[in-house]
Amino acid sequence: MESKDYLKDISEIKDLMNKSSRFISLSGLSGILAGVYALIGAAVAYWLVSNSGREYLILDGTIFRLVMLDLFLIAFFSAVTGIFLTTKKAKKHGAKIWDATSKRLVINFLIPLVVGGIYILIILNQQKYGQTGALMLIFYGLALINASKYSIGDIRYLGFIQLILGLICAVLPGYGFWLWVLGFGVMHIVYGTWMHYKYDKK
Amino acid sequence: MSLINNINKVFDHRIRLGIMSILMVNEYADFNMLKELLDVTDGNLASHVKALETAEYIEVEKQFIGRKPNTRYSTTKLGRAEFNKHIEALEKLINNK
Repeated sequence: MESKDYLKDISEIKDLMNKSSRFISLSGLSGILAGVYALIGAAVAYWLVSNSGREYLILDGTIFRLVMLDLFLIAFFSAVTGIFLTTKKAKKHGAKIWDATSKRLVINFLIPLVVGGIYILIILNQQKYGQTGALMLIFYGLALINASKYSIGDIRYLGFIQLILGLICAVLPGYGFWLWVLGFGVMHIVYGTWMHYKYDKK
Repeated sequence: MSLINNINKVFDHRIRLGIMSILMVNEYADFNMLKELLDVTDGNLASHVKALETAEYIEVEKQFIGRKPNTRYSTTKLGRAEFNKHIEALEKLINNK
């Protein structure tokens, strides 16, 4: 055998290791759109709260419920867009959408996210609202870092950024809204654009 | 030369190397997963799996999922050590050229 064959062996090994353990058909475009939804949702929330006659958000029935609905819609549309575009991309690459790698990715992404979501709902019920923004950023960051082992490794960095923003938010809860906009809106768009040009435009 | 000695004869085949690569990064894999990833026929894959099993580089675990028999493969400690040695030897050979 010549060294060319060995090189081919090594690259085939790497390729198989990646293909068998990571789900890499994530779409960058869905990141951009998730960011856009977050910005629109944030603008709606801002409008709702500033038109409520108060400068800050309290749990007074309608407004709060509308903001919660707003958050839910952002998450819902982001998830639907993500699934749709990722399925499309996987089909284009001839990859399976629901196999061992994507299952592992979804499960590991959801563990911190669901725990965080439940925790946030619990403390909201205990009338503690100050840390909500920080907690959302922190748990989302942890979910991304946990998921990065089973997908494109770059997701890890987005996770770290969300964690840092979350911790800043914990110290400065007054800026919670703007840090949330930065983390879920702006960072998703920046990141999705980067991923789109790095992986999709080939 | 010691470099050549580390090139493992058992791994000197694309499919066996492929099986090991997949099992190195996964806790386990079943027959169908290996078949799909490596794009080989049942008989071909079975013979290579057998070779790795005989060398005690992989472990075979037979079980049932519902009523369907399912065979899971995973690496042994020996298999992982040998695979790492093999990769190191390959890399050295490439770098020495």
